[in-house]
Amino acid sequence: MRPMSMLTRRLLYWISMAAGLVLAIVPLPGWLDPFRPDLALLAMIYFVLTSPRIAGLGYAWLSGLFLDVLRGMVLGQHALGFLVVGYLTHKLQLRMRMFPIVQQAVIVMLLLGLYHFLMFWIDGLTGHGFTGWVRWLPVLSGALLWPLVVALGDSLTRRSS
Amino acid sequence: MIATPPGPVVELSHDSRPIIGRGPPLTAYFLTLAAISVGLMTADQRYHQIDRIRESLSRVIYPVQRAVDFPFRATDWVTGSFADRSRLRQENLALTARLRLANLQLQRFAVLEEENRRLREMRANTAGIAEKVLVASILNVDLDPFRHRVLLDKGAADGVFKDQAVLDGDGIFGQVSKVNASTAEVILISDAEHAIPVQSNRSGVRTIAVGTGDQHKLSLPFVTVESDLQAGDLLLSTGMGGVFPPGYPVAQVSKVKRAGSMFALVEARPTARLDQAREVLLVWFKPRAEPAAAAATAQPAPSSTPVDGPATAAPPAQAGGE
Repeated sequence: MRPMSMLTRRLLYWISMAAGLVLAIVPLPGWLDPFRPDLALLAMIYFVLTSPRIAGLGYAWLSGLFLDVLRGMVLGQHALGFLVVGYLTHKLQLRMRMFPIVQQAVIVMLLLGLYHFLMFWIDGLTGHGFTGWVRWLPVLSGALLWPLVVALGDSLTRRSS
Repeated sequence: MIATPPGPVVELSHDSRPIIGRGPPLTAYFLTLAAISVGLMTADQRYHQIDRIRESLSRVIYPVQRAVDFPFRATDWVTGSFADRSRLRQENLALTARLRLANLQLQRFAVLEEENRRLREMRANTAGIAEKVLVASILNVDLDPFRHRVLLDKGAADGVFKDQAVLDGDGIFGQVSKVNASTAEVILISDAEHAIPVQSNRSGVRTIAVGTGDQHKLSLPFVTVESDLQAGDLLLSTGMGGVFPPGYPVAQVSKVKRAGSMFALVEARPTARLDQAREVLLVWFKPRAEPAAAAATAQPAPSSTPVDGPATAAPPAQAGGE
């Protein structure tokens, strides 16, 4: 199997991150809205695991910044969250790549939990605190979606190679 | 050509690099960007210095928001244009009936308004009469699910300004919280961070209605047990603070419970259709003149065209109203 060219992979990374950002603001029916998974973040974790040389921290940070503008949050909030998760994934990637999918999903859940804790904390500091348990639902939905993200990503990278 | 492991993650091939051994660059990069983020947040929160950055980023974002909005608008258009004839006829009949009724009320209202204006002119004070309205559509874009904000398709380019009042057909909707080049973010009156001064239409009791985070409920936390409020009272805006035009409906009192010794528990239901509105009105009006400003403007002879007093802090676009 010939490895995908760096350029194709890079393009795929950018496009999937952009798609994740767009999906972050697509209207969902009210009951589904709290479950909205952080798809851009999941895409970033996937690409950091599979192609760490391409998925650097700069683009992750920039995506987070765009998410801040899209959602009208304090500038830098999601940027910091994406950065922290990206950095930790980079640190963990050699181990995480060896894990079976379920164990990987657990680690992803921990990363998402950390991300949402960070968001919660910054929300509290900036005076937008919402303390309901509902705000932790994306952690669960994201972890449940992880196998699907991996399957989708794998099929995409294989087909275009 | 390395054999891939049987695990779910593809290709341990060409990008595997010893991250741990290359520690310093990645960590330094991380720390730099983290410091920038913290700096940005502080600047945004405390000094409001970086609206320019936000605005230029929002220019890039605008096409994305439009693209997300488009399918919903297109579906509306398609269902609208293929609606069957009988339904359109029915709608038309209902609308005609409503228009007739509204016109009838308007005839009576026109006389009152004229009289009101003459009386106000005598007092040289045309406070709170909407001078100009602009219809704006709500973009079909989800912001944070835990905050009641919507995005309008009008922005600084249309003269929208921060803290501008936003109304819908049934009452006060919210106020502009952020202005971008071609969009504006509106905070609804039901957002937990929003408060609006109101007055009971029946008894004239003044108080403040605070958002609860529930789109069908406002809370009135500063009503004493003795004050004259009942379920069913209509709450109107007072125009205090100069953000909202006075005399527009805000909410209807739904529950009054006089249990404690000091404050009654009062809830009200917003009259504006916060969760259903697709189009809202941005309003330009002349805020109620401060007594000091009125005195100051009263001394020099009024020029031919009424010029805003110094204390009204009116936006530049307001002059284009009439």
